[in-house]
Amino acid sequence: MKPETRKEVMFAGFGGQGIVTAGYITGEAAVVYDDKVATLTQVYGPEARGSACYSGVVISHEEISYPYPLNPQIMVVMNQEAYEKFLPKLQQGGVLIVDSTIVKPDKLAEKYQLYKVPATEIAEKMGARVIANVIILGFLGRIWDAISVEALQEAVKTRVPKKYLELNLKAFQTGVKLGEKALKKKIIKR
Amino acid sequence: MGKTVLTGKHFWYGNIAIAEGAIAAGCRFFGGYPITPASEIAEHISKRFPEIGGIFVQFEDELASMAAILGASWAGAKSMTATSGPGLSLMMENLGLGVMMEVPTVVVNIQRGGPSTGLPTLTAQGDVMQAKWGSHGPYEIIALSPDSPQEAFDLTIRCFNLAEKYRVPVILLASETVGHSAGKVIVPPENEIELIDRKKPTVPPEEYLPYKPDEDLIPPMAYAGEGYAICTTGLTHNEKGYPDVSAETQEKLVRRLNDKIRKHMEEIVDVEEENMEDAKIAVVSYGQVSRPVKRAVKMAREDGIKVGSIKLITIWPFAENVIRKWAKQVELFIVPELNYGQIYLEVKREVAGNSETVLVPRMGGKLITPQEIYREIKKVSKK
Repeated sequence: MKPETRKEVMFAGFGGQGIVTAGYITGEAAVVYDDKVATLTQVYGPEARGSACYSGVVISHEEISYPYPLNPQIMVVMNQEAYEKFLPKLQQGGVLIVDSTIVKPDKLAEKYQLYKVPATEIAEKMGARVIANVIILGFLGRIWDAISVEALQEAVKTRVPKKYLELNLKAFQTGVKLGEKALKKKIIKR
Repeated sequence: MGKTVLTGKHFWYGNIAIAEGAIAAGCRFFGGYPITPASEIAEHISKRFPEIGGIFVQFEDELASMAAILGASWAGAKSMTATSGPGLSLMMENLGLGVMMEVPTVVVNIQRGGPSTGLPTLTAQGDVMQAKWGSHGPYEIIALSPDSPQEAFDLTIRCFNLAEKYRVPVILLASETVGHSAGKVIVPPENEIELIDRKKPTVPPEEYLPYKPDEDLIPPMAYAGEGYAICTTGLTHNEKGYPDVSAETQEKLVRRLNDKIRKHMEEIVDVEEENMEDAKIAVVSYGQVSRPVKRAVKMAREDGIKVGSIKLITIWPFAENVIRKWAKQVELFIVPELNYGQIYLEVKREVAGNSETVLVPRMGGKLITPQEIYREIKKVSKK
């Protein structure tokens, strides 16, 4: 039978890095602004902050039978411990996006299409470390066909404090441009 | 004043959907004590209630929370609490009081792995039997189980309606998977949401007996402070509400408390049947497990297996007529659940040896996948 049209992304990192927020923005973009169906789930320890955690988003055109990621095509990793813990969940040959300021990919990353985005470094230069996840979202929106850049940007707008809206939009656009460059460099299998 | 019904399309966590469902249903009193994975319900309500004129109280514990929502209901408010298994265990004494005093209220249980403190952040369906008879004494209760944030919103409203109509605490038996996953939720326009309010007395205060039932076995309910004399107690009581601890009054009262639910089964019980017309195998599921089941049944149908799905939306009272009806046609029932067999035993009881019943148990922690259920269907279809 026709497989479900599941598109899955996992955000992995450290509690407090905006891992769940990144997933939430992605899901909200898909549902509210792209008129698709999406689910968001999260896995974290009882300590909530300061431990390896991930959020998973499934995007589809039809009812989603299983809300958790089963075989993610894309994984965003923003922390070394999370890299070691969750990388095996990424599907063979999948797209691996790392915050290269923090994560140093080893030999294991060779199995995947690796993208290094120095998101935390760029974010610090822009004046706020916390917007690293928004830079990554811009990047993701540009290279992933499951979600539109426009929808993601709308969702970013509704999810960030008004005071920091401009900074976040700048961060998002920076990510989009990096994604643009990455696309030109190599063809991504989608 | 803020909006009470957020009509439109949303991407909400199940817990947010429950909170918004409660607000849309007219809930204006929340008493609770935080617990993973239910805390977001209280958190969201504590933000929303000040905008819409509701009262939110975080109590010292679950005992006080449960007592407070009963009191709030007597004062005329639609009330609710939200907790998880360990918290519900602590609420059981006062939940029974709510049953005996016939108090409309809603208790949300976002199930996590147990027994005891178990798996705070992971999913389960282990509290099915606790929802039925977790408090002492012979009673009937109503429990509904949502499979998604959308159903969490819809069924929370239905919980309030059932509580108001039957004057009984109603349990929303959700789970970590539903509470902590986000999904698409469509909130209809306010005028399309059907709400039921408790029956009020039609007699003057001097003729009012707080526990004199109408023909439907449900007594009209006056609020405290409306001029009607109200006496209520957890002791066995007569129609005046006065304690009357005799076998005769017990027989009359407790039989009615059960019958007011049992005699309205048809109205209360809600199931969703799919592909059942020619089914020889039926998968009976509820809550979060129903979603992978639907998919698994479709996959098995493609292989030519005559399999259908019965999703229980109402858990208690149990859909006994539905199972009994299908037991005449279905040769084998599969019951996947995230416990070691609770609804399975109910299904088996109703099937009464007419068909085979197979349990697919998981102890919790992880939702069963469509593939796993599909494999079970394949396995039994070869029998």
